[in-house]
Amino acid sequence: MAIFLTKDSKVIVQGMTGSTGMKHTKLMLADGTNIVGGVNPRKAGTTVDFDGTEVPVFGSVAEAMEKTGANVSVLFVPPAFSKAAVIEAIDAEIPLAVVITEGIAVHDSAAFWAYAGAKGNKTRIIGPNCPGLITPGQSNAGIIPGDITKPGRIGLVSKSGTLTYQMMYELRDIGFSSAVGIGGDPVIGTTHIDALAAFEADPDTDLIVMIGEIGGDAEERAADYIAKNVTKPVVGYVAGFTAPEGKTMGHAGAIVSGSSGTAAAKKEALEAAGVKVGKTPTETAKLAREILGG
Amino acid sequence: MDLFEYQARDLFAKHGVPVLAGEVIDTPEAAREATERLGGKSVVKAQVKVGGRGKAGGVKLAADPDEAVARATDILGMDIKGHTVHKVMIAELSPEIEAEYYVSYLLDRTNRTFLAMASVQGGMDIEEVAEKTPEALAKVPVNAVDGVDIEKAREIVAQAKFPAEVAEGVAEAMVTLWDTFVAEDALLVEVNPLVKTKDGRILALDGKVSLDENADFRQPGHEALEDKAAANPLEAAAKAKNLNYVKLEGEVGIIGNGAGLVMSTLDVVAYAGENHGNVKPANFLDIGGGASAEVMANGLEIILGDPDVKSVFVNVFGGITACDEVANGIVQALELLKTKGEAVTKPLVVRLDGNNAELGRKILSGANHPLVQRVDTMDGAADKAAELAAAAK
Repeated sequence: MAIFLTKDSKVIVQGMTGSTGMKHTKLMLADGTNIVGGVNPRKAGTTVDFDGTEVPVFGSVAEAMEKTGANVSVLFVPPAFSKAAVIEAIDAEIPLAVVITEGIAVHDSAAFWAYAGAKGNKTRIIGPNCPGLITPGQSNAGIIPGDITKPGRIGLVSKSGTLTYQMMYELRDIGFSSAVGIGGDPVIGTTHIDALAAFEADPDTDLIVMIGEIGGDAEERAADYIAKNVTKPVVGYVAGFTAPEGKTMGHAGAIVSGSSGTAAAKKEALEAAGVKVGKTPTETAKLAREILGG
Repeated sequence: MDLFEYQARDLFAKHGVPVLAGEVIDTPEAAREATERLGGKSVVKAQVKVGGRGKAGGVKLAADPDEAVARATDILGMDIKGHTVHKVMIAELSPEIEAEYYVSYLLDRTNRTFLAMASVQGGMDIEEVAEKTPEALAKVPVNAVDGVDIEKAREIVAQAKFPAEVAEGVAEAMVTLWDTFVAEDALLVEVNPLVKTKDGRILALDGKVSLDENADFRQPGHEALEDKAAANPLEAAAKAKNLNYVKLEGEVGIIGNGAGLVMSTLDVVAYAGENHGNVKPANFLDIGGGASAEVMANGLEIILGDPDVKSVFVNVFGGITACDEVANGIVQALELLKTKGEAVTKPLVVRLDGNNAELGRKILSGANHPLVQRVDTMDGAADKAAELAAAAK
């Protein structure tokens, strides 16, 4: 078991034939991902060769699903076209759409989020501006390096890509059930809470690591959720204690406005919910290790 | 990107939000003609991106063109909460005001939707209204797909309990304000105050707009709204090179890959600084995934050009791009700077971890650059960089 993604997941790639899509489709295949197709209306009917693996290109998400039984789409579509691509995935009712694209306008992400809701939330959206998710040893849907860790019993949810990698690497001897990068944009599909709920229900996850950063109140709400609903141990880390007010720190959503969105407030909320919060990524990994008795 | 009042006014006018005439000037003498164009009287308003300018003396009435010049002379160059006034708006005098209201649209991150806010208690700090009399501030979710038509606007106005005689006028203004919000890809449009005048008009007298820079690709006009003069020169240089850089106050220059890791690096350096003369990170710089020699060289160039920087911490996690490639990038970047005649004179601490970390570390050790030190853990490297900065202070 794992969350959201397993070896049985059938993955298509929207934007596969672009340079980023090509690079990462190759890497996902190398990690064992069952990639059953790409989507590009202008190249429908052709196939793309990835070191001997022929991947067919379909004209639409709906066609790809009908012909392959795909249930996950990973999107490497440029920002200007992302809204249309995500809406296409929602219309096709694909169960999971992983939006890697960075730099999508907020009016677009708010629009496809509202659209998903209007269509009954049949499509789980992860991202945008995220590294995707990986279930080590089974499947990789996104750009998380597949070879920095191994399968294990820690579940990880994070707003940040590189901090995800750092944590997976620090705890590589213990390993991960799944790691989900939810992204650092102001409007995202899957939240910390969604991933916490899934890890809580996953019999193969013993401990959850949650990584947050400044901006918004997602961590505070996650803390509240943990206090009420999560029985498994949770270890946390929050980045951005030194970030000044009003400056965006790389991610569009990472900004402290007034007294809201500060790292200190997030840490406090998590600790009040019984979450052990590390001062640095390394200390956070150590806390996880201590709880697991490793 | 936050706009000045005059820029907000221009966007409001463009989309049909009722505003008064106004133009921006940057010399006192220009206030004369601008005031003459308005019929001889005007309001001289300091243009600064901070609240409370009225109280600070940044908004003055002028009864004739000469007085406008005098008031503009007073206000230009004035300091308002640390912001120097470089521009003033010469605005049309408002007809007599009967009531002041508040209206806005913004992103509600928590609920992943948009939010309309409206109150009949306008003209003051809305955060104060929200705190002291929350019942006086209506908050109405707006679905991004459905938007705001006149029906929805009436609903917002009704929830905020606007008096019947202004309800329709305010609702119409709310529709045009929504048009501004969507058409300009704004994150916030706020009118405070929206006024009812004695002659029965609804007017937006002051406004705030914040734009989404991610939408620049379809908003060609937005680049011109940028306040280039106010940007920190290092930030401007970094932006020209497409680097994600924010100048901070400290002494330890930071380069890393990935926004979260760099943010975390700043924190770890600040903690380490507590043991080393309280040195702090000098900047945020995310060079992204690839970390090619050229990007690394560009980043180093910006950071070494910051006179506040006493040491540099390069913190890279090799994920898709393996550490040997990153190490080669660093070595080549140092060479590149040397051939450009920019000698590296500040100590560099490099921490490489992740894929092919051993190979990468060997490459760095082999290059044996006199100013480059390798420390293999993030916490240890931060400590070393802080120590070096403190020693050079």
